[in-house]
Amino acid sequence: MIQRTPFADTFTYVLMALGFVLLIGPFIVILAGASQTLQQVNSVPFRFVPQDHLLENAAAAWSRASLGTAMMNSLIMASLVTVGKVALSACTAFAIVFFRTPLKHFFFWMVFITLMLPLEVRVVPTYAVAADLFQPFRLLIAALTGIEVSVEWNLLNSYAGLTLPLIATATGTFLYRQFFMTLPDELAEAARMDGSGPARFFFDMLLPLSRTNMLALTTIMFVYGWNQYLWPLLMITDPAYKTTMMSLVALLPSENGTPDWNVTLAGSLIIMAPPLIVVAVLQRWFIRGLVATEK
Amino acid sequence: MDKRAVFKSWWLPILFALPQIALILLFFYWPAVAVMRWAFTLEPPFGGAAEFVGWANFQDVFADPFYWNSVGVSLIFAFCGTASTIVVGLVLALAVDRQLPGSGLFRFLYILPYAIAGPAAGMAFRFILSPERGLMASVNAVFPDFWNPAKYGSHALVLVIVIFAWKWAGYTFIFLLAGLQSVPRALTEAAAMDGAGPIRRAVDIQIPMLAPTLFFLLVIMMTEGFVGADTFGIVHHTTGGGPNHGTEVMVFRIVDEAFKGLNYSGASAQSIVLIGLIMVFTFIQFRFIEKRVHYK
Repeated sequence: MIQRTPFADTFTYVLMALGFVLLIGPFIVILAGASQTLQQVNSVPFRFVPQDHLLENAAAAWSRASLGTAMMNSLIMASLVTVGKVALSACTAFAIVFFRTPLKHFFFWMVFITLMLPLEVRVVPTYAVAADLFQPFRLLIAALTGIEVSVEWNLLNSYAGLTLPLIATATGTFLYRQFFMTLPDELAEAARMDGSGPARFFFDMLLPLSRTNMLALTTIMFVYGWNQYLWPLLMITDPAYKTTMMSLVALLPSENGTPDWNVTLAGSLIIMAPPLIVVAVLQRWFIRGLVATEK
Repeated sequence: MDKRAVFKSWWLPILFALPQIALILLFFYWPAVAVMRWAFTLEPPFGGAAEFVGWANFQDVFADPFYWNSVGVSLIFAFCGTASTIVVGLVLALAVDRQLPGSGLFRFLYILPYAIAGPAAGMAFRFILSPERGLMASVNAVFPDFWNPAKYGSHALVLVIVIFAWKWAGYTFIFLLAGLQSVPRALTEAAAMDGAGPIRRAVDIQIPMLAPTLFFLLVIMMTEGFVGADTFGIVHHTTGGGPNHGTEVMVFRIVDEAFKGLNYSGASAQSIVLIGLIMVFTFIQFRFIEKRVHYK
């Protein structure tokens, strides 16, 4: 604080309070609505005071959208995506930074270009690959040798299908690459002199050293995995594999039915909770990950 | 980048990079090639091999008024979304940067909306900004038909932009606050000694010093607005592109046309246009980041 003037300080607090109303206000409305009865939630004007029906609304939402299965599936999906992304980005960055190989520029650019191919623009053919994983190989083999091979592996309605196509990550790889490049040259030299091979160096030195990075990356990737919407929507038709984002539709009040928005809001609160807790509790790491991946 | 390489094995790097490269080839490059192929070919309606049609698919797309509608909607969405997130983030960052007692709590709270998925936020906002209940019902009671996103495309567009801005304002806030904290204290102190008040200091010193961060956020948020996963999720779950194509952004139209209209060629041609746009954004972003690194 450089200089204190009562007027400027008051103005600053007014601005911060406005920011609070804009950004946290919706949470308060959700919480208030989720804890009211059907009559209260539909009353005009809306009452911002939370009531005591939160648990029964949450229970109603839980059974209406079978949130038990959905939460479990989302948890599995987000965890697999997170672990996969962290592991793959560490391995790829290791290959790019610590080896003298002509392939490293090739690897780097391969990963880089994926930034320009978001899922939405290649969604149909990606879906086609997931529905028939060996299609590319079959076509390649047929083109090269003329032999028709009939191997098929279908990823629809499986955890592999939910996660594998989302695991490749350019931002994570760059984060790790950046981190590896800040390590002093002497570290790898010393490891080599002590007789450690590259794999040992990677597992026993680099991974422990990168704990901070790993945690930061884990938080942002978990939130990313939990919040996936389009891909589960396409991959999953079997209710046993539905994720929370897919159960949102089931939570909405039906078009001409009872407008029980209190149940809907309670359901959305449950679905929002896990990433919200991650960001709130691990905020330091989350922000670090956010800032680091954008460099 | 080169001097660090210390291990000479030729097969280990391949082994380490292989899992990710394989996934990328399978789920990024192969589909991208398929998009390219579809964009220039047309499947005959009664089966048979795809026929090469040159630029005809693109001509069809560009002749379609609904395509230009989606371009317009995307432009409005990306510009308004970007402008509002940056303005809100900047004002809040300037306020929190004054480090008054209690500002740490606000800093903690402002980032929270960023944790919420676009579609989940969309569902909540369907209630919060519904014309019949929630907050806007009272306004509609006084001015009938003042706000009805289910009826007017423009209102629905405002609604999805509000959701986008709500989620991403905390994100720009984080980057702008980090930027403000790296403005040398000596500069603002000197200005204060010369009698410049907080607003004067913000306008004449802090905001100009933030120019790189602002530019970076401009590019990031424009990209996010045009092709972000959240953009699709918000539109798909909140308004479903309607009413009357009023919120049909480009990504929504591509997915809709591919899976509902089964028009792969048209969707692919639109995808190519969008990929071109992303390439421009990415190019600008990396040119700029290179400059920033040199500047250090």
